[in-house]
Formats: sequence, C-alpha cells, structure tokens
Amino acid sequence: MVKVKIIVSYKEGVEDPEGLAIKKSLNLLNFNNVKNVTVSKLYEINIEGDSSSVKKEAEEMCDKLLVNPVIHKYKIEVEKI
Amino acid sequence: MKKDEIRIAILRIEGTNCEEESYNAFKILGTKPEYVHVNELSRGLKKLNDYQMIFIPGGFSGGDYVRAGAIFASRMKGTISMDLKKFIDDGKLVIGVCNGFQVLIELGFLPGINTDWSEKPQAALAPNISNRFECRWIYVKKEKNSCEFLKNIDDGKIIALPIAHAEGRFIFSKENEKKYLEHMIDNNQIALRYVDPNGNYEEYPWNPNGSLYNIAGICNENGNVFGLMPHPERAFSRYQHPGFYRNLYEEPGKKIFKGMVDYIVKKF
Repeated sequence: MVKVKIIVSYKEGVEDPEGLAIKKSLNLLNFNNVKNVTVSKLYEINIEGDSSSVKKEAEEMCDKLLVNPVIHKYKIEVEKI
Repeated sequence: MKKDEIRIAILRIEGTNCEEESYNAFKILGTKPEYVHVNELSRGLKKLNDYQMIFIPGGFSGGDYVRAGAIFASRMKGTISMDLKKFIDDGKLVIGVCNGFQVLIELGFLPGINTDWSEKPQAALAPNISNRFECRWIYVKKEKNSCEFLKNIDDGKIIALPIAHAEGRFIFSKENEKKYLEHMIDNNQIALRYVDPNGNYEEYPWNPNGSLYNIAGICNENGNVFGLMPHPERAFSRYQHPGFYRNLYEEPGKKIFKGMVDYIVKKF
C-alpha cells in the first residue's frame, strides 16, 4: 500500500480570490510582512500498487476529475506506508 | 411536433436544486418535463433518446466538492457521455443553468471551440473575483448569437435575471485566451453578457464574478448547447420579479423557456 499526495493549486497568473482574502485578513491582524497567499488543495489517497504504476494512476485521476487544466497545476508525491 | 409531445429530461443528482422551478416552467408551457436521475440513465431505466431536450439545473451537485460541477460531470463522463454526444449531434437542445453550465464546461461540450466535444475542459468557471457567494439580481445584455431559440429576444435587449453562485468567473487559460475569445466572437457563441442598467459592459459589481469579456452565457458553434450562470427559471413568473409590487411585470425567464419550446415544436 502506498499513500499518494496530490496537491492541486492555481497556475501562475490565475487570480486566487481565496488567497487574496486570507492575505487581507492576515495583514489586518498585523502580519504586515505577508506579501502573498495562495491556497492549494491536498488529496491524500491510500492505494494498492507499486510507486510507478500508482503515480500514473494518480495522473489519470487528475486528468479525469481533480484538475481543470485551464486553471490548475498539480504535484504528485508518493509515500510508502 | 406538438407541445404536449415534447419530453424534457430535467437531470438530477444529489445536490441539484431549482429543478422544481424548471419543471413547473416547462409544465406551464405545455410540455412534458420529467425528473431524470443520472443513475436511471446509467442503469438503462430511462433513455436519453426518448427526450427532445436535456435541462441540467443549478445547485451544488455532489456537494460542489473538488470543483463546482466536477463530480456531476465525472459521473456522466463515466456512464452516458457517448449517448449525450449523440443527443447533441442530433441537434437536440442541451441547456445548463448555473451548476449545469459548470457541468457542461467540465464535460467539454462547452465552449466547443473547433470541436463538438473536447476531452479536456477548454474553459473554466473559477471562483468569483469577490471571493463571495453572489446571490442577487443582475443585468445581462442579449448579444447577437447563434442560438435559434433565443431569437425571440431582440439583440441588444437588457434583461434582469437572478444569479446565485460562488464559481462563475468564465476564463480561458492565459495562452489561449485571445485566440479562443476571438473564435467565440467570430462564431457568435457569446449569448449573454453582464452589463449595468444602461447597457455598458462594466466591472464588478455589474460583472458579478469577474468573467472574461463579461460573459454570462454561451453556446456551442451549432447553437444547440447553451449554458448560462443566471437562473431563468427563477425569473419565469412575474411574481418572482422583485419589481412585482411596483407593477414591473417582466418575465424574462419565460421568454427564454418559451423560445426553447417553440424551437423544438418547429424543428422536430
């Protein structure tokens, strides 16, 4: 069994309204050094298989459901458990 | 085809809403609407071919998890997408309102640039620029477009419709933005654009989600797949209009629905 971590975030140049709202709130709480906040989604998926085949499967998951390639980019990390 | 022979599938899945308003709208216009759950189609209990039109209503399908519309779209992709493609190729109408629009984008049937069905989404309905759930009435202008069934609304006419969404910012990827937008304009695919009450294309709050080119509703190149963020079914009866007590008897939603029904009567 391996654990796949898929991190989905906005591509460069795509506005991230949630990140902007969080940045504003942090600045209002006097965290004045905060210059930029981006929000990503982390999916942790436990799955049977070896690392290489699982990575391919995770890419397919991104293509079919987890990612809209117009606005998102993703990163896949595989961990043995 | 007679009005009372027209069968309209109002698609459902967990989290759909506004299907009752849509059902009533079609019923009042004399057609035969039916609630159809996606599972009924995937199990073969009902067949898409029996209907002349598919209406995908608004709501929060699948809890809006992952992205709005993504779960609904993936359920359809895995089961009935080929049937749906045939349905569209036959020239039948597929309408997506709000969440339904998000589903059609995720499925790749809209905007349908240089193809009738793209494997990956060509556009996205991203979170509103205000980072809020925008729930209010807005103005849209009817643009010159290729939807036959919108012909009963004059080009340039400004209509008020309600919106209720958190993810409605229509955008393309940066690298394709110019090319795709020009393609859509050239092919008359942009049906509705957000405006201020005077008809000027303004930014937020008139453009409630920050959509590219103030886009509120689009169709495919053939004009038989149509998606829009505002809810025409919530502006169907004069009693739903906020100006009702001021004797503003506008029924913009009814015009849109009536156009669809008249189109089917003529075409089939």
